[in-house]
Amino acid sequence: MPGKLKAKIVAGRHLPVMDRASDLTDAFVEVKFGNTTFKTDVYPKSLNPQWNSEWFKFEVDDEDLQDEPLQITVLDHDTYSANDAIGKVYIDIDPLLSSEAATVISGWFPIYDTIHGIRGEINVLVKVDLFNDLNRFRQSSCGVKFFCTTSIPRCYRAALVHGFVEELVVNEDPEYQWIDRIRTPRASNEARQRLISLMSGELQRKIGLKVLEMGGNAVVGYLQCFDLEGESGLVVRAIGTACTLDKLIPGSEIKETLPSSSSPPPFSPSKLCSRQSSSSDTDLSLTPKMGKTPPPSSPFLTLCLLLSSPPTLDLTEFPFFTLTCFPPGFLVHIGGVVSARSVKLLDRIHNPDEPETRDAWWEEIRQEIKSHAKALGCHAVVGYSESTTICEEVCILSASGTAAMLNPRFMREGLCVYSRFDDASPPSCGFCHIPYDEFNMPFPAQLTYCYHCRRQKVPDVLFTTIDLPAEAAVTGKGCLIQARLCRTKKKAQGEVNATAISNLLPFMEYELHTQLMNKLKLRCMNALFGLRIQISVGENMLLGLASATGVYLSALPAPGGIQIAGKTPSDLSYDQHISTMQKRINDTIAMNKELYNIHPPECIEEVVGSPIPDRQRSRLFRSTSESSDELSELDLSHGKKDAFVLEIDDTDAVEDIQSLLTDAPMPAGFYSCNTEVMPGIYNWTSGLQMFTSVRVYRLNNANLTNQGLNKIFTDLCENLLKSLYFKLRSMIPCCLCHLNFTVAVPEEELIQVRRHTPKNTSPILFIFPINILVSIRELEFGENEEQLQFSMELSSSSERCSPLPEVRSRSLRSTRSLPCGAPVTVVKMTPLSFLPRTRIVKYLGIINMFFIRETTSLREEGGVSGFLHSFIAEVFAMVRAHVAALGGNAVVSYSMKECVFMENPNKNQAQCLINVSGDAVIFVRESDQEAIPPLITCGQTSTTGADGTT
Amino acid sequence: MQIRYAVFTPILCRTQRFNCAINNTRLQMLFTQTVPGAIYLLATVSPRLDRYITLVKAYKMSMELDVFVGNTTIMDMEVYQLWLDGLTVSDAVKVRMDEGALLECEANPEVLTSDTMDQFRTFQMCERLLHSPTKLGSQLLYQIPAQNQIILIERYYEFDSVFAREVLGKKLSKGTKKDLDDISCKTGITLKSCRRQFDNFKRVFKVVEELKGPLVENIQRHFLLSDTLARDYAAIVFFANSRFETGKRKLQYLSFQDFAFCAGQLISYWTIGAMDSMMEDMDVDLEKEFLNELKDLKVLVNDKDMMDQHKILVCAALRGKIKVYKLMEVNFKNLSRALVNLASKLTHTKDVRDLFIDLVEKFIEPCRYDRWTVAEITLFLTHYTNAAHCLGTFRHQMIWDRYMGVIKSSQCSPLLHLSLIKVNYLSPTPSISSVSPPVNILNELNTFLICKL
Repeated sequence: MPGKLKAKIVAGRHLPVMDRASDLTDAFVEVKFGNTTFKTDVYPKSLNPQWNSEWFKFEVDDEDLQDEPLQITVLDHDTYSANDAIGKVYIDIDPLLSSEAATVISGWFPIYDTIHGIRGEINVLVKVDLFNDLNRFRQSSCGVKFFCTTSIPRCYRAALVHGFVEELVVNEDPEYQWIDRIRTPRASNEARQRLISLMSGELQRKIGLKVLEMGGNAVVGYLQCFDLEGESGLVVRAIGTACTLDKLIPGSEIKETLPSSSSPPPFSPSKLCSRQSSSSDTDLSLTPKMGKTPPPSSPFLTLCLLLSSPPTLDLTEFPFFTLTCFPPGFLVHIGGVVSARSVKLLDRIHNPDEPETRDAWWEEIRQEIKSHAKALGCHAVVGYSESTTICEEVCILSASGTAAMLNPRFMREGLCVYSRFDDASPPSCGFCHIPYDEFNMPFPAQLTYCYHCRRQKVPDVLFTTIDLPAEAAVTGKGCLIQARLCRTKKKAQGEVNATAISNLLPFMEYELHTQLMNKLKLRCMNALFGLRIQISVGENMLLGLASATGVYLSALPAPGGIQIAGKTPSDLSYDQHISTMQKRINDTIAMNKELYNIHPPECIEEVVGSPIPDRQRSRLFRSTSESSDELSELDLSHGKKDAFVLEIDDTDAVEDIQSLLTDAPMPAGFYSCNTEVMPGIYNWTSGLQMFTSVRVYRLNNANLTNQGLNKIFTDLCENLLKSLYFKLRSMIPCCLCHLNFTVAVPEEELIQVRRHTPKNTSPILFIFPINILVSIRELEFGENEEQLQFSMELSSSSERCSPLPEVRSRSLRSTRSLPCGAPVTVVKMTPLSFLPRTRIVKYLGIINMFFIRETTSLREEGGVSGFLHSFIAEVFAMVRAHVAALGGNAVVSYSMKECVFMENPNKNQAQCLINVSGDAVIFVRESDQEAIPPLITCGQTSTTGADGTT
Repeated sequence: MQIRYAVFTPILCRTQRFNCAINNTRLQMLFTQTVPGAIYLLATVSPRLDRYITLVKAYKMSMELDVFVGNTTIMDMEVYQLWLDGLTVSDAVKVRMDEGALLECEANPEVLTSDTMDQFRTFQMCERLLHSPTKLGSQLLYQIPAQNQIILIERYYEFDSVFAREVLGKKLSKGTKKDLDDISCKTGITLKSCRRQFDNFKRVFKVVEELKGPLVENIQRHFLLSDTLARDYAAIVFFANSRFETGKRKLQYLSFQDFAFCAGQLISYWTIGAMDSMMEDMDVDLEKEFLNELKDLKVLVNDKDMMDQHKILVCAALRGKIKVYKLMEVNFKNLSRALVNLASKLTHTKDVRDLFIDLVEKFIEPCRYDRWTVAEITLFLTHYTNAAHCLGTFRHQMIWDRYMGVIKSSQCSPLLHLSLIKVNYLSPTPSISSVSPPVNILNELNTFLICKL
């Protein structure tokens, strides 16, 4: 009996009217944990009941404590008929199980009903008394901390990084059980919510066990996903990186953990060389002139290293890391993006306790990734993630990451790495240097000497899935680069469908890659960070969306221009057409250079002025590509040759160029990226906001060409961005960080709300939800940041309330504006792992919530938009309430993982599922702790005042 | 041929019509029909029409759902005003376009429509909370910064004084609500906005009707309104409760602000709250006892000696000070009788309702006939009031002061408008919150006069 859970129901407020006659409610509460249920007294005739119950005590195993949520149901007492449910609150008590996190959950929770949404609030107190259990064979893993953050959490120090952990749990989806035919939608939704809550609890516990086995105490970069496989079941899977974390004592060391606070310590190149020679790959640097020597040296060394390096690497079968941001010195070299996809046919999971098939599938993919990484001469994969897309019984599993060489010292036991005494991080260009052998390249690439240190070879472009390392030297600013692609596919079933999809996939990857490359060149950049390629399957189309942040790395060579070549030079008008195109492209490149402030120190002329050498170069380069034939199948570098010369031989190419050029430039004052930090911008303010936007389009015509679809898709994305810019125009200058697009093409059947025989009246549906998480950071230029911020806030507030007397009266009355009770805590939400200009003092635990909302009165709720709008607002409210109850004031690394929307307008019904996750934290403003000069104080007070607005 | 920006509606692009249009090469005509919410298409030069058509066909697609939600609810206060004004989305888009919203951030009509729809939906969802503003602060659903909450509430409860003037003194019932479309036609305010304002009046009335304590403070406590706005609402509640007649033609020249001022005076002089401690009583009703006691003032006109003495005192004080002295001297008895009779009649509910019309008919109109100026009337009333104190046998000083306090100050406001009567009363007052009636009555008169002039 290793744990005692105590809960107390204090009060309720704003309850709905359940008794029409008296316009009041006789509410009581049921508290359930596991199989034990307690009830409060009925508080008659009140919409703001004060139960003030005794402490309900549950004596439970800690295994249950981890798996089960505390379930609170508010009901309306009815003497004659059955009691009506008002709504429920699920409280995940996991944060209470870790000694360092929260100690008590106390606060107002929205009472949620899957049919009616939020109906009032309830004040609850929850505590846990844990008894120590030293049983070696225990099934629980209390105390292992989980973080969604994909970097080492701010107030911890990584003593040891153990490696990859994964787990997978399957079950039958209650939605598809026979009982669903007879129970109410509410009961079915609740069963589903409860099951998923249970499953994710179980999953966390199992992963925790694995971590304990490895000797770690935390999981960083925890990524949990649901696969709603329909008839075949429900899969909950998670991956993460096991670590041993030490808590930092606030004080001197903090400076180091904040990347913005200090530049990497200076170093001497000679010293560096000597250090590297001892570690991994220095043969290249030591023998740059002796190119002709047989190349076994570097891979050989790596292998040796693998063998001799600590057992942790062998312990985990897969040297994968879900982290995207690393302590300085961790990354030695980056190879490139590795990805693998596989198309599978789903079948019913017969035995939920042995999810072997799914495990085997993922195993396969991971092996593939591992071999890709090996081909790139790397021993590890960083920024690793997995995803699935399901359409009927076809499922595409994808995994991607960045092949990299890591500093093995981080994985060796007993060695404290993350500290100052060491010789510090590699230079700002170290990670760009190639890890593979120059003469035995896995793919064609053009190597040059690093522009920064001039010692080692670097590739001409670098694609990665990680964030830009803090120490990297960057020229100019970064920007969001997207490649969008749509492909039609014949409608098919089962095996045939799967084959068709797998045949299409490589082409899609290729084209996405070409597009990315072209756009990168057009912006005069040479590296992509945070690359995320999403492929979704629809009934008769495939969608591909690749987003990344383009950067000009100073260490890499300047990109060449783009040249257009026609195949039929005879036609004079055609030639003219081409030359105008060429001119437009050149102009755009020049304009982009200005826009992103990219002025490479040298060879500017070479870049823009002379396309012909470029062409020659590319030719040359093509020949090398032909000679080397050990391309791995899914390698992304096929398209390199086309990056330089675009041949217009068909109309498609014209379209391509058109689409290349029609990417609308961002309005002045806006910056966007999909990584955590915007490269090239450093003066953040603390004004930060997060948004979610969902759009669904319906396409009514069946006979679509690839071109037409592509155009639509591109326009939709562009339009969405335009809308965003327009909506946020009052916040200029601002930067949209962590812009995260998700596309889906739901099946026709899915669009119909289930439980009713699907009857397809509309010909073809093209549903297209884009799910963006945007974080806004206002920023400004110049030195007097704080003051500027101050004036900006002022102007915006006075602008909004034009009549002057109001401003006056407002300031007068602001004190008494919230007379009833304590004001609601402002909880910030951000997809970033940190809050600019603040310091995270405590991590309170992981937030992982799953909600279902259904309606049978769609029209009355304002149509689909109204329905979803209120649902998303409700989800935000519930997340905020949970964080506030834990004592936190922000959610970092927030993400909306899943947003499935189904509707049947004819039946006036809709259903939506949302899964969100993040880390609850307490933050304090940096200035609250440090002494600050008086000038800044004035500005700071203004930002604190403005805090309410964010 | 070259088509640049082409705009069409989903209805227009039905294949048949479209083909036919192309055959007749009337593309331009089709495309120029801009409809809000239509889809923008960037068509490029194309030698072959059929390719073009496939492109166009591809655009047969409609936005089904478009949602934008922030952790902090973002509201554009200009759009909020359009929503409050009861505009439809398409009208609001037009207004915003005219105001040059398209020039910002390279927006296009589609973006603007989407933004407007989104904002309108947000407001609609918040409306429920605005009905009980105290909830807005404690609810968890929307994270709205405190100062925005205040603006939201204030703007929601703001009303057009033209509209308020129309319903002033009417019973806030379903019947009146049915007549709102007439008012909407008459005032040019959209029906939706009228309904909102009417419902606001009714809601505030329902809540504070039975509450004890000062009316303005009650309104402020329950609706978190600014001082000025709360006072205006107090006036509306007060008028609606006592149902003063304001609709007669003779009263049409009075604006809402004039009546609101009078209501303020009535509340501070004639209700129970006016005299006693401010805690226990109600502000909404006139004090019955006081109204009964007003009968005693009759002695001023019934007692001939007293009346003469009164006249002598007033005349002595005013001699040489006003131009209309002669007329005043002649008419003194009539004027005095009118004022005192008015007072003594107030025991009947009907006469209370007709207070304003009676004042205008019995006192203001005779004065106006004699071409009194505002300053002269003020002076007259001051001395008329004060003189009564010097009457040795007059024992109802308290009542008299209470009564004349209102008459004195409220006369001034209507009378003021004698000179302004030609101003179209329909033109909306620029700001509702122009004056706040202070407590001290003499000072208040002066400030009021100065403000108005």
